[in-house]
Amino acid sequence: MTSRARSVLRHLLLYVGALAFLFPFYYMVVGSLQEEPDTSVTGAFPTGGLTLENYRQINERVDLVGSLVNSGIFTGGVLLATVLFGILAGYALARLHWRGQGTLFAAMLLVQIIPFQLLIIPIYVMVVRTYGLADTHLGMILPFAINSTAVFIFRQFFLQLPEELFMAARIDGAGELRILWNIALPLVRPALLTAILVTFIGPWNEFLWPFLVTKDADLQPLAVSLANYMSNVAARASNPYGAILAGAVVLAAPAAALFVAFQKRFTASELGSGVKG
Amino acid sequence: MSTPSTRPRLAALLGRQPLGMAFAAPYAAFLAVVFAYPLGLAVWISFHDYFFAAPGAEVERPFVGLANYQAVLSDPDVRESFGNVLVFLVINVPLTVVLALVLAAALNGAVRGRSFLRVSYYLPYVTASVALVGVWLFLFSSGGMVNSVLGPLSPTPSWLVNETLAMPLIAVFVTWKQLGFFILIYLAALQNVPRELYESAATDGAAKVKQFWHVTVPGVRPATMLVVILATITGANLFTEPYLLTNGGGPNGASTSPVLLMYQKGIEQGNPDTAAAIGVVLVIGVLLISLVNRRLLERD
Repeated sequence: MTSRARSVLRHLLLYVGALAFLFPFYYMVVGSLQEEPDTSVTGAFPTGGLTLENYRQINERVDLVGSLVNSGIFTGGVLLATVLFGILAGYALARLHWRGQGTLFAAMLLVQIIPFQLLIIPIYVMVVRTYGLADTHLGMILPFAINSTAVFIFRQFFLQLPEELFMAARIDGAGELRILWNIALPLVRPALLTAILVTFIGPWNEFLWPFLVTKDADLQPLAVSLANYMSNVAARASNPYGAILAGAVVLAAPAAALFVAFQKRFTASELGSGVKG
Repeated sequence: MSTPSTRPRLAALLGRQPLGMAFAAPYAAFLAVVFAYPLGLAVWISFHDYFFAAPGAEVERPFVGLANYQAVLSDPDVRESFGNVLVFLVINVPLTVVLALVLAAALNGAVRGRSFLRVSYYLPYVTASVALVGVWLFLFSSGGMVNSVLGPLSPTPSWLVNETLAMPLIAVFVTWKQLGFFILIYLAALQNVPRELYESAATDGAAKVKQFWHVTVPGVRPATMLVVILATITGANLFTEPYLLTNGGGPNGASTSPVLLMYQKGIEQGNPDTAAAIGVVLVIGVLLISLVNRRLLERD
């Protein structure tokens, strides 16, 4: 086989694969715009009869704006805590020497392989039964508050900065907080974006935990209210699939848009230091 | 605040920059409250007759030894759910490893439109399961597009209500959803395979395949181990898909996962003790599978 034929084959493989990955997204949008569910192959390429009716329907059953606000508060709270405390912890792990540093580093790696679902019962007992945080945003945020992968990314980036930079600043008498804020942080700004992207998809897409803590529909993030709609009331809508898919588009769009816009920050080399180990 | 003579002693006790402790304290406290303590509590609950009580109420929760484990292991539903996860893993893990490695290797060469391709592959990974399940429901429902394409070849009963096909379909869904993340891991690992190893090999077609087997595959073995372990953990965590895609683990429990049972038994039926025991058994199972895989992958 010539190298040209190989290249053609490689492109064919990759683009056919990409089609299989993208088609469900395309079909999600098309299905959300269909008046009547049309599951024939030609139905996937409609030439007319498109409507926003399904979006109106889902908005009637599920408070889309309210749910999006809840998703936003859940995700925003996690991002805030992760950025604030994660940067501090990442800096301490990378650039300071203190007792317990090795233990915390090992713990940070370990928690990434503990299945969160195992902890669902005890955390439910703690958050809902002991602290009475059911149906609160705080209860939703707490178990996700600091993303360990983000802490790891921060540490790796702080570690790559030259030690002389820190020595010089310390000799000049700068305190560690000043060094972190004025010198180190501006240099790791790309890491900030990568860590935010990695953290964002956790709470935004999470279903099980917010589903357990929120029984009050007014507090449910969109993933939960849409899932409840799917399993309970879909039968009552005139075009249940259309309404479900309209909700799915609203849920998927923010994460997808954010990710497409910043895809350069989500590459092997950005996260590479994190997964090379 | 510290005289020259106390300073080294303090440094020996707290480290050279004890301020690091203050910086890391919130994160350390978070790990203690959200991971370490619940982990212990899960094990404690699994050995006691535990039930939910109103906040602050004093109730007795007697130690019951292995009774919860006995109840769990002799429960046919629990056994079936563990069998289901095995079916899931047998399909999902090999499929994930092969597809992720092949696509990453293809993506790693000279490719036109790489950004577009990468975005396509990562998109399911960054999208909520709940949203994706919506489309798969539409695609695989009995009157859905997949069946209308297959026509007379479509399975009866249809995919999601078919006892043999429900779990394999979930395994394929999760493979598709997570593949982007594993491609990312392999892409990072491929950067670490020394270029010289490739250059020394000949470049005709047959040699290329050989090269893949003898240079690429061994070169990314540590990444393969990571992929296998992470995919196993993802499989053990399965909840959303059987809950929504097959309407609560149906048909007849053919796609019930242990975590779904933990939810049903622990929270819906109010038996957190048996649910905690399922969780502990699940983690022991994941650890065993990871150890076996490690042995197998580290050989030769």
